[in-house]
Amino acid sequence: MNPKLAQKIAFIILLLATILVIVPVGMIVVIIVVKGAPAINWEFLLAMPSKGMRAGGIFPAIVGTIYLVAATILFAIPVGVFSAIYLVEYARENLLTRMVKLAIINLAGVPSIVYGLFGLGLFVIFLGFGPSIIAGALTLAIMILPIIITTSKEALDSVPRSYREASLALGASKWQTIRHVVLPSALPGILTGIILGISRAAGETAPILFTVAAFYLPRLPRTMFDQVMVLPYHLFVVSTQIPNIKTEYTYATALVLVGIVLIANLAAIILRSKYRKKI
Amino acid sequence: MTIKIKTNKLNIYYGDKQAVKSLDIEIYNNEILGIIGPANSGKTTFLRSLNRLNDLSPSFSHDGEVLIDGVDIYSKGVDVNSLRKRVGMVFALPLPLPMSIYENIVYGPKRQGLTDKKKLNEIVEASLKEAYLWDEVKDRLDLQAMRLSGGQQQRLCIARTLAVEPEIILFDEPSSGLDPISTARVEEAMVKLKEKYTIVLVTNHTKQAARVSSRVAFFLMGEMIEIDKTDRIFTNPKDSRTEGYISGKFG
Repeated sequence: MNPKLAQKIAFIILLLATILVIVPVGMIVVIIVVKGAPAINWEFLLAMPSKGMRAGGIFPAIVGTIYLVAATILFAIPVGVFSAIYLVEYARENLLTRMVKLAIINLAGVPSIVYGLFGLGLFVIFLGFGPSIIAGALTLAIMILPIIITTSKEALDSVPRSYREASLALGASKWQTIRHVVLPSALPGILTGIILGISRAAGETAPILFTVAAFYLPRLPRTMFDQVMVLPYHLFVVSTQIPNIKTEYTYATALVLVGIVLIANLAAIILRSKYRKKI
Repeated sequence: MTIKIKTNKLNIYYGDKQAVKSLDIEIYNNEILGIIGPANSGKTTFLRSLNRLNDLSPSFSHDGEVLIDGVDIYSKGVDVNSLRKRVGMVFALPLPLPMSIYENIVYGPKRQGLTDKKKLNEIVEASLKEAYLWDEVKDRLDLQAMRLSGGQQQRLCIARTLAVEPEIILFDEPSSGLDPISTARVEEAMVKLKEKYTIVLVTNHTKQAARVSSRVAFFLMGEMIEIDKTDRIFTNPKDSRTEGYISGKFG
């Protein structure tokens, strides 16, 4: 084939593939905004639901989602980042480490409903937490751990060996080297993993189904052991379980969920670019 | 002249491969010992055994002794971190840490627990002056170290090493990434440092060894072929292989 023609064809295929990626994302956002935005007002955001969720607001579900994601991150970040540090900096290459790494990869591929059932068995029933924020957060934390560990591991691996050597050669201990040189350099990459984790935790329905999500609970949680309404599940409920509901109400719920994920991600991205500039 | 570093039958292995073979060497206080030799001759491996940076490679093993001030640094009671504080190292490529000039210098002292702001400031000024960098950076100590030129970065690395008050400084091909003018400035700093420190310089530039060293050792395939006063090595080497290397027949 004529190389010029081949070049043109390759370019067009690559461009089309890229456009195909954008189109669904764009359509989802446009449809949700167009159909949901009219229903969004202060009452919708800040009031309790009423009339069997056909009227009023989604305040408890918003608060529930925020609590749940915050608690998840609180559990998942330290465990995920610390274990990534251990695997990269301390673990020797042996059968056990290889098995741990394999387990992490496999854990990332487990369907989310399985996590839900696991959480139900372990946290809700066996440990006796009942359906609660803590049970849901722990379940979600286990689900997003592989994401956080994998991205943190990659970020730590990409810190040049020479930084470590330079620090050690100055008499710094291994931990001081990790704490003052390796971690700051890896932080932007680690934050990327955390962003992905937040999005996943905020949006999943299956893991929270049996562990925390309340069908209808028009009050705010008082402790970590209370059940709450959560946006993804609420969205499922209002779109399938409640007859004669206004469609704007459903779309507005979706819009709020997308908005919360977006705000959380934006915060992490701003934090990340701040650290990038420092380096 | 007192002996600062001495090895007894030092063998270094990476897995099955032997990198340094039965090395007996003595390095005196306040001298610059230049180590020359072609690639894979064990120069850098030997250098990295003096501050135990080799320990980082999982396949590293050794036998024999490495004595500093008469104490084997591989013996049980030796604390690696304080050893590395006594034996500083300047690497082949300038390796400033990803922080400001000021933070680079105080990195070592801070890790030893020094927090007194006034003292840290004094250390920064003193070590930058000793490394001939102070005049060029004194007005912009908050600048990211990566923004400096290559030669300035390398002198910053020297200053950073001096800040922890070592007794010995190891230079691992310190000018391999530098232009001739920067190299000259680094060498100038090195010669001055000899008065206070013991310096071991591994270099690929035979001429650099000739310019700055008091004595020169020639390494070949893990063995030390010859060690002598600089002028004698370059004018009247005992071994024909040394002569061959110096005159550019191989390497």
